[in-house]
Amino acid sequence: MSTHSTITFSKEELARYNRHIIIPEFGLEAQQKLKAAKVLIVGSGGLGSPALLYLAAAGVGTIGIVDFDVVDDSNLQRQVLFGVESIGKAKVEAAKARLEALNPHINIILYNTQLTSQNALDILKDYDLVADGTDNFPTRYLVNDAAVLLGKPNIYASIFQFEGQVSVFNYRNKEGVLGPNYRDLYPTPPPPGLVPSCAEGGVLGVLPGIIGSLQALEVIKVITGVGDPLAGRFYIFDALTFESRTFNISRRDDNPLNGKNPSITALIDYEQFCGMKAVEKPIKEITATELYDWQVKGEPFQLIDVREQHEYDFVNIGAELIPLATVAANADRFSRDTKVVVHCKMGGRSAKAIRELEEKFGFTNLYNLKGGILGYIDEVKPELTKY
Amino acid sequence: MATVIIPTPLRKFTNNTARLDIQADTIDKTVSELTLNFPELKKHLLDDKGQIRSFVNIFVGNDDIRDLQQGQTAVKADTIISIVPAIAGGSR
Repeated sequence: MSTHSTITFSKEELARYNRHIIIPEFGLEAQQKLKAAKVLIVGSGGLGSPALLYLAAAGVGTIGIVDFDVVDDSNLQRQVLFGVESIGKAKVEAAKARLEALNPHINIILYNTQLTSQNALDILKDYDLVADGTDNFPTRYLVNDAAVLLGKPNIYASIFQFEGQVSVFNYRNKEGVLGPNYRDLYPTPPPPGLVPSCAEGGVLGVLPGIIGSLQALEVIKVITGVGDPLAGRFYIFDALTFESRTFNISRRDDNPLNGKNPSITALIDYEQFCGMKAVEKPIKEITATELYDWQVKGEPFQLIDVREQHEYDFVNIGAELIPLATVAANADRFSRDTKVVVHCKMGGRSAKAIRELEEKFGFTNLYNLKGGILGYIDEVKPELTKY
Repeated sequence: MATVIIPTPLRKFTNNTARLDIQADTIDKTVSELTLNFPELKKHLLDDKGQIRSFVNIFVGNDDIRDLQQGQTAVKADTIISIVPAIAGGSR
């Protein structure tokens, strides 16, 4: 950690952090460590929002925020860092404004960019630790690998629907023993499409609030040395059953980063690692504007929606509903004599459906609606409700 | 009967049941029994060679089966088995 012994506080800061300072196990020294610390938060969304709020409140001296996204209305169900007035603004800018209003005594550094293999080491090197609140597997492996290569602790948290996970990776304890990292726990990522994302599967808004707060807790413990960080332990929270389980995890000899025979000494192409660049036969696509053109001109075609019933009930564009999991069983409902346009919410599931129908049933007349129903609403029917 | 805790992302393949009682004496047999009763779980838990996928961790009590006897780890009547796949939240 950055050295703390020379850190001083103004009268205002001492008054602000009084409730920390008077805790016997915490005290002024822990508060000095917080002020001296430099923490990088990757992702200012569901997990990043509470983590940033509590770390700013706690008085972490320097907080770096990496996020390239802009605030959207659908974020406000859980991303409590933002408000209605931030919609359309860069998340990092909106975050800075909110955090400075909470604690003007800290330093906030913004990275309005995507974290990549090209910039990750450069960005992370000046920080004491990183907290990973990202929303995709390639970035999780990127953050992990960058942290291990630079020798920094990585406070990990992840959520999906009603479940959350927390751990402290790559942490060297007081005895000097290094704990496991993400690759020890999950050596390889799931193939794309096998594990749904929140945009497809949803997430209970309060869940990242809970898990992100736990993430902030672990950051504070790692910085101050107070308590036992979750290193070598993997915490799972099931919000539905209110069950918590803490598993023991260990380093693995075959970890390519820092096992017995390390083979990874530099950051790699994580999208390729996660199979997102697999060479796939391209599928035919049409844009929403082109589809609308067909509709207006009376061009013959069949329109199929592969989303779930509840999504269809919420908003639809008059397609025939055949949910993705039932596509193979209902292949005979797809016409072979005319163009068939297949759509879902954003284009991912419909692409899967088309691949399955082409590979298993030899269809050659299927078109994926680029951008899905959301793209159609944006381009053609803005009066419909997005979700 | 050992208890298997099914993680949220996979509950839709087990009729939304979070805890299942399975009769088996090893982890491999437990997973076999599970995928026999709930075939849709199979591709999420096992690869083409029938091995447990590396983005799925299985814990017996609080211990990772990779620290025990892997698929041969013994399962007793009061064993709690947790299946924990990788999750990443998100928008993609």
